Amino acid sequence: MNRRPLVNHTGSVLIFGATSAIATDVARRFAGGGATLFLVGRSAEKLSALRDDLLVRGAARVETAVADLTDIERHQRVVEEAKKSLGTLDQVLIAYGVLGDQTASETSVETTLRDWQVNATSTIALLTLLANELERQRFGTLAVISSVAGDRGRQSNYVYGAAKAALSTFLSGLRARLSKANVRVITIKPGMVDTPMTAHLKKGPLFAPPEKVGQDIHQAMLRGRSVVYTPGYWRGVMLIIRLIPEPIFKHLPL
Amino acid sequence: MLQPPTKRYESWGRYPRVEPCGVIPLDWRAELPDFRELTASVLPYGYGRSYGDSCLNANGILLDTSGLRRFIAFDDATGVLRCEAGVRLDDILNLVVPRGWFLPVSPGTKFVSVGGAIANDIHGKNHHQGGTWGRHVRRFELVRSSGERLICSPEEHAGLYRATIGGLGLTGLITWAEIQLKPITSAFIDEEQIRFESLDEFMELAQDSVDDYEYTVAWIDCFVEEGRYIRGHFMRGNHRQAPDRPEDAKRALPLLVPFNLPGGLLLNEYTVRAFNTLYYHRQFAKRVRKEIHYEPFFYPLDTIQHWNKIYGDAGFLQYQCVVPVENDNAAIKEILSRIRRSGEGSFFTVFKTFGKIDSPGLLSFPRPGVTLALDFAYRGASTLDLLERLDAVVRAGGGAVYPAKDARMSPESFHAFFPAWDEFSAFIDPCFSSSFIRRVNGEDAS
Repeated sequence: MNRRPLVNHTGSVLIFGATSAIATDVARRFAGGGATLFLVGRSAEKLSALRDDLLVRGAARVETAVADLTDIERHQRVVEEAKKSLGTLDQVLIAYGVLGDQTASETSVETTLRDWQVNATSTIALLTLLANELERQRFGTLAVISSVAGDRGRQSNYVYGAAKAALSTFLSGLRARLSKANVRVITIKPGMVDTPMTAHLKKGPLFAPPEKVGQDIHQAMLRGRSVVYTPGYWRGVMLIIRLIPEPIFKHLPL
Repeated sequence: MLQPPTKRYESWGRYPRVEPCGVIPLDWRAELPDFRELTASVLPYGYGRSYGDSCLNANGILLDTSGLRRFIAFDDATGVLRCEAGVRLDDILNLVVPRGWFLPVSPGTKFVSVGGAIANDIHGKNHHQGGTWGRHVRRFELVRSSGERLICSPEEHAGLYRATIGGLGLTGLITWAEIQLKPITSAFIDEEQIRFESLDEFMELAQDSVDDYEYTVAWIDCFVEEGRYIRGHFMRGNHRQAPDRPEDAKRALPLLVPFNLPGGLLLNEYTVRAFNTLYYHRQFAKRVRKEIHYEPFFYPLDTIQHWNKIYGDAGFLQYQCVVPVENDNAAIKEILSRIRRSGEGSFFTVFKTFGKIDSPGLLSFPRPGVTLALDFAYRGASTLDLLERLDAVVRAGGGAVYPAKDARMSPESFHAFFPAWDEFSAFIDPCFSSSFIRRVNGEDAS
């Protein structure tokens, strides 16, 4: 693959979960091209630190909103604020989520449902609002970070994987629906990434730096691709994992 | 926040091999742990580009600053940049070179953090005109274990400012710093390379270049026959005055050395001699002039990621000393002669004169004289004995050895090289420590 990088996007970019390591990298790439950004996150201090960084890197303007997106009541207001700030929603990225603790979830309904609320329910709620906005607008790109973990339930993290599977399936249908309105929906499936979300995990050769994943997402958003594995080799890895018959798969220590 | 290490925290020389008991990844300036509640000492760790044990804290805690990697403010008109301490110098270059600014001081690699550049008061090829990195640090924030956040500058908390520059990370945590960059018109350097045949010729070239060349450095072959001390290539350059043209696209070839090579096979007296002879003769003409992009000029080794692994699993020691130019360079001649006779030593030996500009830090290494830097594959006692003998020559000559590259100097040597230690030690934060500082104070063996 030797594609030329696309031209700078100088339009508007709306990011949910903007202070995550991957979202930060994507935001920096848009900022370097002179984009206008609206960032949503839970911490005013973190948003402000990121805002300064993006302005130094060349962003035309950066505005922020503090919101805990598991609070679904808050979604409408935040989307309205973003629209007011940006005018149009050219590029939207949903990048928040929680890795969770599989072992803790197995013994606690509360933990399982709380993580599900973050990774599936609240994201799907937010997507429903955004889909209608973009459909009305009749252009724009909606990119959502799902995960390779959603491609098959593995015993080591099926709670997280199931939420991401729900998200991926939702996005697949949404993509078909919104294609008629000239809106692109992108499902992003990162593998393991070396970020604060995985800070406690032992790092191996399969861990990618957030800069690699950020670059892939940025390019996918500019090109309007459908499903993106990042780094790309995960497409092959997950194909093999999906092909293993269930009677064998259930015995694998994955 | 405190967790077991999830990756290798080693120094660039990969010697000594010691483990911290835990790591705290720092991701936000506003979210720092209370150092007093921890059960072990802490030490900031950036990208592990110090060679020896000054960036290690055996059985202590490392504060991983690589998550503090944001810019805070940049004024295009004045060249003043404020950024977090974990920002790497290549981050800065990527941002500012297209806008006509450059680092005030460039070390041999761009993969070091701003915090580390301050803590080691690093130097570069322009020392004779620009002095050390610390001279260009307008101010920084220092977080002490008491919880205080102090803005340190030559005017405010001036004692801590001078202690923290070159202070090896022991005075507290630097969270951000404000650097004065310098203006350039081009990303290219007008470079001249001159072959020389003797130490006297090198000294003459260095002296002649002081005023007219911003950057000077030499590569030397110290394996020539007894009686002749060195031969080598003297490199000098200035930022090109003519602005960049569209065809000035840069060329960089990243090449990986991902595995530990069997050091004994690749690196021995014969391969090193052969390499040096070939390298010396790569240029037939006495003088060669060319335009070269700043990256290969300043950071030739950065194109080989993990070049440190060519020394194999045992690791290596880098030795950098400075000795004043006096007594007809007796000390430097003695050092070169000892290295030559030992048959050890590296592919590249770097040679440079430091200028007279004062270093701002209490423990800063650069001082007027000739500085020499080279690698030694770690071969146990013989390597350590040789370096200890070199230290004795440096001590007698009134020079110093660079802590950022050291893993073995004795407490006696350290205190002889850094007489400001007593004044410095009053500024050490009680919760901060390092393997290096415990070693040179005879506190423990690790």
